[in-house]
Amino acid sequence: MTAITSLLAGLIFGIGLMVSGMSNPAKVQGFLDLAGRWDPSLAFVMAGAIAIASIAFLIAKRRKRSFMGLPMQLPASTAVTPRLVLGSAAFGVGWGLAGLCPGPALVVLGAGYPKAWGFVAAMVAGMIVFELLERAAPRVAGKR
Amino acid sequence: MMIDLSHFTPGLSLIGGLLIGAAAAVLVLFNGRIAGISGILGGLLSLPRKDMAWRITFLLGMIGAPVIANLLDKPAMAQIDASWGGILVAGFLVGLGTRYASGCTSGHGVCGISRGAIRSLVATLTFMATGFLTVFVQRHLLGG
Repeated sequence: MTAITSLLAGLIFGIGLMVSGMSNPAKVQGFLDLAGRWDPSLAFVMAGAIAIASIAFLIAKRRKRSFMGLPMQLPASTAVTPRLVLGSAAFGVGWGLAGLCPGPALVVLGAGYPKAWGFVAAMVAGMIVFELLERAAPRVAGKR
Repeated sequence: MMIDLSHFTPGLSLIGGLLIGAAAAVLVLFNGRIAGISGILGGLLSLPRKDMAWRITFLLGMIGAPVIANLLDKPAMAQIDASWGGILVAGFLVGLGTRYASGCTSGHGVCGISRGAIRSLVATLTFMATGFLTVFVQRHLLGG
């Protein structure tokens, strides 16, 4: 059951990305190009998503368990750390270079674009390097 | 600042955003989990491996959405301007950066901001800033 609701969530997420236009890297870069011909569409995507999700999280925060009885696993960390800021900064550079972030990359991969396969392969490689570095430095592991 | 009215899609982007918010709502209310793509994918790569099923089905749903769109003759259109070299560098930075930051556009930008997490707001402002900067350097300083 829990695998089915998450399949449904993934499907709706993917459809949302396609409908919103965010699965098109050129459109995302149009949003990031403040100094050029600016396409503000991405701000409308964020506004719509946050409008619905904030209601859901208001409900989620009051519950210890999900509707299906699973533990509510909301992030506990509140610290603004150097790794948060530096990691986000590096992510933003990659996002700007390609116009792809993880969600849209999977959608464009599913749509069959070879460059999206390359992007996702490189992204997974970056994630594996993170895991290896974390294992090499166990003192800081877990401090996110 | 000049708004690119020929590409601006406020209606569709808002609707797509509402769908993305709905997907995040389904995942948190039924599965008790955050719809953060980098975290869901990264969790498959970290050890010890646990709760794989919902991660895999969520990702299959995301990749399946454009596959279904293709079958319905409504393929997701993606224009990828970056070179192969740019794609691979970008993908690596996105993978590594999002794991250090514990989130991407979805986990921090949508879910974190919806939860009212300052940490996620900082992350979002950071990756947006470096994303803007990257596109600015690429298009207006290097002229490519």
